[in-house]
Amino acid sequence: MSKVLAIAQFTLLEALRTRLLWLVLAMLALLGLGSLFVQHVAITETIRLQTGFLAASARMGAVFILCLHVASSMVREFNDKGVDLLLSLDLPRSGYFFGKLLGFAGLALIMAALTSLALAWLAPLPGAALWGLSLACELMLMGALTLFCVITFVQIMPAVSFALGFYLLARSIAAVKLMSGSQLLNPNAWTTKLTGWLVDGLSVVLPDLARFTQTGWLVNAHEGFSALGFVTLQTGVYGLLLVLAGLYDLYRKNL
Amino acid sequence: MRQRPVSDVPTLVRVALVFLLVSQAVFAAMQARPTATAQALQQAPPLSVLRASSLGDPIPFAQAVTLYLQAFDNQPGISIPFLDLDYGKVQSWLTRILELDPAGQYPLLMAAQVYGQVSDEAKQRQMVEFVESQFYADPDKRWPWLAHAAIMARHRLHDLPLALRYAKALHDRAIGPKVPSWARQMEIFLLEDLGEYESAKVMLGGLLHSGAVTDPHEIHFLIQRLEQIEAAEKSSSASKRRLP
Repeated sequence: MSKVLAIAQFTLLEALRTRLLWLVLAMLALLGLGSLFVQHVAITETIRLQTGFLAASARMGAVFILCLHVASSMVREFNDKGVDLLLSLDLPRSGYFFGKLLGFAGLALIMAALTSLALAWLAPLPGAALWGLSLACELMLMGALTLFCVITFVQIMPAVSFALGFYLLARSIAAVKLMSGSQLLNPNAWTTKLTGWLVDGLSVVLPDLARFTQTGWLVNAHEGFSALGFVTLQTGVYGLLLVLAGLYDLYRKNL
Repeated sequence: MRQRPVSDVPTLVRVALVFLLVSQAVFAAMQARPTATAQALQQAPPLSVLRASSLGDPIPFAQAVTLYLQAFDNQPGISIPFLDLDYGKVQSWLTRILELDPAGQYPLLMAAQVYGQVSDEAKQRQMVEFVESQFYADPDKRWPWLAHAAIMARHRLHDLPLALRYAKALHDRAIGPKVPSWARQMEIFLLEDLGEYESAKVMLGGLLHSGAVTDPHEIHFLIQRLEQIEAAEKSSSASKRRLP
């Protein structure tokens, strides 16, 4: 366990040494300036628009930065033979995997905390807290997914492309499912049926990220923390699935 | 990691870098300003397409669409008169924005206070009817816009029965605790012999007093509108006096 914690600690330390948190702060500062522009051009509901812009762009920015960091950090470790060195010690592959996962999860928590703090001066505190917790779950899922992808592909571009494509699809799958079931389409056409099956199939293997980190929690009346139930359950179930998929690939990998 | 000094970069590269940066700035400054054209405003896509495009977070997407629609305005520099716009398309966008973000009030302000202010009666009527149709979805929050529409119907469209219908809708449907009593009794001051400026002034005072309007930009915008109405009334009464 101490070895797992040491790997997690060094994963976090690497993020600090590569100035990742400064990058997140710079992103938040730039998006904050952008949100001031949005606030300036709005005729009414200025704070609402400013909050909406900052929340949506910061969420996407955080996901992008985390995925890139996980992929580049892991690829560097593969290329420097750091993985080989660590696994030659008395450490099972799962220990290495959980150490990295724990480190990236810690990083996701820090990034979510910084992002929700940036929003706390615009939105009510309970809403910002709910949004921040949900963002932490969303980032942890995306971190775990990128870790799985990079173990599989061992290259930055395919791993990040897959992770971001997955993210866009998981965020829009609920709306795509509604579209595919439109009553305007001919229900008897084979193309409609095929598309319907395909979308239904995708929707059962993807997490419903559209219910995560909603801007409405920040700008509309606070509806309590009930939404967090689904978010944590989905994170638990899908996170576990990603862990097992990552472990499966890592154990099969010839190093 | 410490970097090598600037002098290590070949002079040609340094000079060319500065030259090309200046060239790019000059080239960009010589380009014409981007302009919005009325024809460029297309019919709003179906709601399902917009929902899918919003990546599961419809509120910021609706806000971005609102600012896109607002770009088709009459601000100096990108001027297109609202009269040139196809109001069917404008209404389709306003409807979509409200469908994506039902708690937002922005599209109703635009309908009542921006697009409804053109000098075309058919377009004014279309906008007040739009406000009325959307009012019923959430009367306790959308009442200020129907109150604006009632004043427009009374003074712009000179359609007292329509104005009274809106006043009755306000009385019957806007019954929440945050709706001020004057809004539910609009019928009284619609029937009084007040001009548009007076009516709008009373309403703005009521909105500010009841706390229904708190956004500084909106207050500024509504005061500007009030001054425009006052100026229009003054010039209209002056031209009437000059007539024999």
